[in-house]
Amino acid sequence: MAAPNKGRRPTGAQGRPGRALAIILIAMVALTAGMFLSKQTTPRLGIDLAGGTSITLKAKSEPGKPDAINETNMNTAVGIIERRVNGLGVSEAEVQTQGKDHIIVNIPKGMNEKQAREQVGTTAQLYFRPVIAFADGAPAVPEGTPSPAPSASGSGAPKAEGSTSPTPSPSSSATSQGRALSEALKAPNAPSPSPTASESKKADDKAPSPSASTTPGPDEAAAADLQAKFAKLDCTDEAQRAAVKGAKPEEPTLACGQRGGTWGKWVLGPAGVEGKNVKSAKGVIDPQSGQWIVTMDFNDKGSDDFAKVTGELAAKQPPQNQFAIVLDGEVVSDPSVSTAITGGNAQISGGFTQQSAQDLGNMLSYGALPLSFSEDSVTTVTAALGGEQLRAGLIAGAIGLLLVVIYLLVYYRGLAFVAIVSLMVSAVLTYTIMALLGKGIGFALNLPAVCGAIVAIGITADSFIVYFERIRDEIREGRTLRPAVERAWPRARRTILVSDFVSFLAAAVLFIVTVGKVQGFAFTLGLTTLLDVVVVFLFTKPIMTLLARTTFFASGHPWSGLDPKRLGAKPPLRRSRRTGSAPAPVDVKEA
Amino acid sequence: MSKLGDLGAKLYRGEVGYDFVGKRFLWYGVSILITITAIVALAVQGLNMGIEFKGGAVFTTPKTAVSVAKATEDSEAASGHDAIVQELGTGGLRIQISGLDTNAAADVKKQLATDLKVNEADINADLVGPSWGEQIANKAWTGLGIFMVLVVIYLAIAFEWRMAVAALIALIHDLTITVGVYALVGFEVTPGTVIGLLTILGYSLYDTVVVFDGLKEGSKDITKQTRFTYSEIANRSINGTLVRSINTTVVALLPVGALLFIGGGFLGAGMLNDISLSLFVGLAAGAYSSIFIATPLVVDLKEREPAMKALKKRVLAKRAAGADRGDSADGGPEGSDEPQAVAPGRPGRRR
Repeated sequence: MAAPNKGRRPTGAQGRPGRALAIILIAMVALTAGMFLSKQTTPRLGIDLAGGTSITLKAKSEPGKPDAINETNMNTAVGIIERRVNGLGVSEAEVQTQGKDHIIVNIPKGMNEKQAREQVGTTAQLYFRPVIAFADGAPAVPEGTPSPAPSASGSGAPKAEGSTSPTPSPSSSATSQGRALSEALKAPNAPSPSPTASESKKADDKAPSPSASTTPGPDEAAAADLQAKFAKLDCTDEAQRAAVKGAKPEEPTLACGQRGGTWGKWVLGPAGVEGKNVKSAKGVIDPQSGQWIVTMDFNDKGSDDFAKVTGELAAKQPPQNQFAIVLDGEVVSDPSVSTAITGGNAQISGGFTQQSAQDLGNMLSYGALPLSFSEDSVTTVTAALGGEQLRAGLIAGAIGLLLVVIYLLVYYRGLAFVAIVSLMVSAVLTYTIMALLGKGIGFALNLPAVCGAIVAIGITADSFIVYFERIRDEIREGRTLRPAVERAWPRARRTILVSDFVSFLAAAVLFIVTVGKVQGFAFTLGLTTLLDVVVVFLFTKPIMTLLARTTFFASGHPWSGLDPKRLGAKPPLRRSRRTGSAPAPVDVKEA
Repeated sequence: MSKLGDLGAKLYRGEVGYDFVGKRFLWYGVSILITITAIVALAVQGLNMGIEFKGGAVFTTPKTAVSVAKATEDSEAASGHDAIVQELGTGGLRIQISGLDTNAAADVKKQLATDLKVNEADINADLVGPSWGEQIANKAWTGLGIFMVLVVIYLAIAFEWRMAVAALIALIHDLTITVGVYALVGFEVTPGTVIGLLTILGYSLYDTVVVFDGLKEGSKDITKQTRFTYSEIANRSINGTLVRSINTTVVALLPVGALLFIGGGFLGAGMLNDISLSLFVGLAAGAYSSIFIATPLVVDLKEREPAMKALKKRVLAKRAAGADRGDSADGGPEGSDEPQAVAPGRPGRRR
């Protein structure tokens, strides 16, 4: 510090404490107003406080795909899981990545935990299934009109074109088990429609499509059953949509899907190609036509299967020359096939927009996730317990605050009010920002975050103590309050900044490297540390400057906490510096 | 309380002082002893890892009339695994079943609901795979490593490398003690504990930084005077910031203590408790180390510098010359007309 007796020129805020106070007041008013205007008057509660289920998934790296766990794949997985969970009719379910390889799925209370876990935990299922029949989504259209399957943008069915010479590859009559399967149902490479009792009923269902050659047989009833179901199926109904999902790949099934914004329904044959055999796919502009198309690359198995399927489909009449791309039981596209496609790559063209081509490309690439997930933790909390925990946390916070206030009052007396009001300012800022962040960045107050906020009371109070002790040291030097407040500030400011920086660093590192619960804690800690700096600079310091002008504090009233006598100041200042009795500490302070 | 204020004044004037630095080898010894105990405890007893690290399930039930013993029996029968049952402040039970597969948990939950005669929907289930805790711990180690590197760099810039090194050693010391306490007492280690442990990082250094800041200021222009050696100035800095350190520690411990006892009293166990327990232990260790370990270490490092050695020589020479003045900077200075001046300092220290 500078030479003691020169007395530093008042710096910074001293001359204009009003301005700093005005700034913070405006900030508080603005935040509060923003909170009420956006109708976010309470922080969003995390699943552990509000009740619900929280599932943490970890991406497992798979052999041969060392780089599979990357941001793109994780985001795609989030998108797929989100559609699954919210497709169940759950509103406000929230799916987000955490860290490099985790996905957290938060499902609010009132939702079937088991169902949710089933939906979320499994890998997304992507299949290419031959189309047997198609109809509009609404029920009572049993006639299976061979509709021309308008594409999403309504410009005719997308066509899959082989990029290599069409080498027909039949080998289709695989499963001739003498059952009354329509030709269409005899899908290529259908893994032997397992004739077990439980499955055969469904497996032997006959395609209700009128164009299917309905050979009478013992499975007539089952086929009729599927047909009846198809007739009744209403894809505009969420529950019914959910009910047709989850078919085994080797069985024919019903499926729903959206085309151009309206629901359609399909009867589909057994899966011909599995999504995991798609090596890559993307939406690109076809240099020849200038249209958006989707290109696909298959691996070896995928190319063989795809050649088989397309070979069969190419020979058929609409709509049976189409295959449906089924993601999680829902049809996302149903291009028609004109020739068999061999060689392992293919294009889907026809009426794509940039968005729809890229979306489909993503789905094909990642629909059958290159990632599989393991369930790391599942937490279900009833709202009752969550509420209890929140209450316990709030009580603990209140008591902690009370203890701090009592301690400050006893020790710092009048000064304590400055600290208490500063803590209140800090509390208002923290609360309003948390409430706003709920909407802004999806911040949710969970139990560790509450914990962090309580712990932060201590951090915030620390700053005041550092400053107050500095002021008292200055008074012990024999200064009067006004210069003491100003001289103490630059020193205290540095200490506060340095130590707050360390705290913030810890919080930031924690926030970046950790996942889930820990993050909430780190976030709160970091936020309150930042606010601590704001409050000390814009509120505590200016208030001290103002209070130094009041007689109560300036005169060192015994209850002000700044009583020079009690503090052991050495009156009067000048002489004390010369006496030999007290050089040591003075020297240390100013050395 | 104003006693502490008086103490603050006396400490400030140097009337009262405790020779932290001079007796540093005593405190090093104490710390080494504690550290060895901690390491031995860790090696022998190991840590009582919570369900999060072993995989399993924690069920929290609403108020039930079934006794703890009965519930333990029921839980073990229902799951076929070991169960630990605790009663909560709410009258409910907290049932930990280790090794329980997350898939089997739903059935166990149903069975528990029947056995304990509570509504299944009111039972909270926290199911964790065996690797969950490990991941949190791994990430914690990563975080710890990154933080240490960053903070050493920062402290080396803001202060100097000696202080950075000393702060780092003090930090490791705090973490070791905290972990040792966990091993000794057998507290359960949960992700909450890990969170608490990581928070100690910031806090432990907060205290240390406050003391170092005083030291940095006190030792500015140190070579331009011949009154004190570096270690004496360091000691004065500690004494000068002692009240501040005590206050900040007390104020930090109060909310954490409230969390610990309210969280514990109200809910018996859980996240609140785990975080606050490790924080409580770590904070206390952090306050101790910033005074007794960090600063003395800085002194040890600093006094190896030629400039400081030279200073010490000059100071001692000057003192020998002016021996009649009886300057002894590390105790009460000559101004202290109270022979008992050092004594009243002690109660303050014990706070």
